[in-house]
Amino acid sequence: MELFQYGFMQRALVAGLLLAVTAPAVGVFLVLRRMSPIADTLAHVALAGVGAAVLVGMSPAVGALVLTVVGALGVERLRASGQLFGEAALALFLSGGLAVAVVLLSLARGLNADLLGYLFGAVAAVTPQDLVWMAGLAVGVCGSVALFYKDLFALTFDEEAARVQGVPTDALNVLLTVLVAVTVVVGMQVVGILLTSALLVVPALTAMRIARSFRGTLALAVAVAAVAVLAGLVASFYLDVAPSGAVVLASIALFAGASWGLRERR
Amino acid sequence: MSGKDLPGVVAELEHVCVDFGGDRVLDQVDLRIQRGDFLGVIGPNGAGKTTLLRVLLGLVRPTCGHVRLFGQELRRFRDWHRVGYVPQKAVAFETRFPATVLEVVLSGRAGRVGAGRRFRPHDRAAAEAALRTTGLWELRDRLVGRLSVGQQQRVFIARALANEPELLLLDEPTVGVDPEGEEQFYELLRYLNRERGTTVVLVSHDVTAVAREVSQLACLNRTLFFHGPPEEALRAGTVERLYGARNLVVAHRH
Repeated sequence: MELFQYGFMQRALVAGLLLAVTAPAVGVFLVLRRMSPIADTLAHVALAGVGAAVLVGMSPAVGALVLTVVGALGVERLRASGQLFGEAALALFLSGGLAVAVVLLSLARGLNADLLGYLFGAVAAVTPQDLVWMAGLAVGVCGSVALFYKDLFALTFDEEAARVQGVPTDALNVLLTVLVAVTVVVGMQVVGILLTSALLVVPALTAMRIARSFRGTLALAVAVAAVAVLAGLVASFYLDVAPSGAVVLASIALFAGASWGLRERR
Repeated sequence: MSGKDLPGVVAELEHVCVDFGGDRVLDQVDLRIQRGDFLGVIGPNGAGKTTLLRVLLGLVRPTCGHVRLFGQELRRFRDWHRVGYVPQKAVAFETRFPATVLEVVLSGRAGRVGAGRRFRPHDRAAAEAALRTTGLWELRDRLVGRLSVGQQQRVFIARALANEPELLLLDEPTVGVDPEGEEQFYELLRYLNRERGTTVVLVSHDVTAVAREVSQLACLNRTLFFHGPPEEALRAGTVERLYGARNLVVAHRH
């Protein structure tokens, strides 16, 4: 396809595919643990990290990464302690993150144009250097999921039975939350803060409708996300629409197609 | 397997009390489970049966008293693969979970293998043996959520058996299971207990079925009323008193 002759489109494709592998690998566990709202929450915390980084002149990605991981640990701690209702803790961090972001970004005036990029993604503006750190994070996340696959499965399928068997469930819960945080930072670059959770959740839901095993669900979710990224980027190029929106709409279209196809077959 | 520690005692509760928010759920419970026992724990709703099981599993910390598994204080006990746990799952189980029977049964060995390590061929062999014992081998590639409740219950038993446990703890395992499935289930427990020498502890509200199957009966209603052979409990009218006692408690509260 001639559109991928352009360097920026090549980089967009690589960035998108990195997210397509990472987000569903974490998202399947997240959806099945009924923790998918945490992705949205951590994405808003990431924006606060961007704000802080811009203010002190650091790289926004580093700021987002640091603050999102800290936020993830905080959310997980609140959840595990049971002091707050799980979803109330999430609401607290979500609005708190956004509020901090708005305040910090307003202090660092003149950079407001970038805000839209962080909110809705700027995949066409991804630099080769961006690709390097995104690939590093993606390898870290996917490597962790591969390494702890059987432990995360045991945790997700039946936390209590896993705990009884001696599976370190507390540590795995922390790990999973941190993986979400890292994924969100990768997603921020591709589809933006407001749409990142879609790529964690929607391909996982689609795969769960079709797959006949857990391993199959993970593989299929990655494939579905990759198709959505490719379709979304192509559509955004030819129709001149925002790539992030196009990618997410493509993933939702695949979900709808899978649901419809299943209904037809029955 | 290792039977090196205490000769006959698998699990032991000594003066165990459990309080939940000011309510005493278990009061001064003394219970000794011998190797090879098939123990049924019965009692009315809210008698603390499940709590007793959760104390043995280390999921509930008792307010007072001592718990020992295989001769070790529970707090220091690490050999959890020697204990198999079958939760009361058939009803609450998430049937949309996309996992095959084999994947679930294999996950029973996750703790034993250790975090970050892969399953080895002998783990797969143990899972296969557990699937064959429970009659699930043919169904191993099916999604768990698509099975009948009785079959799902057997999946959870197979997951526990994948560790070749010496002590098997089951919480209300026949809830929602049809009569035929229930018969298969007790047959399986008899086989494990008699042929394999597995110590079985079964918590249930189904007094008649349990009294028929087990070799030891524990009648619980916050305190331990009785512990001994089921015939003795029936002869002495303990079971009637146990269930009568609940009515007394209810009458006091209202």
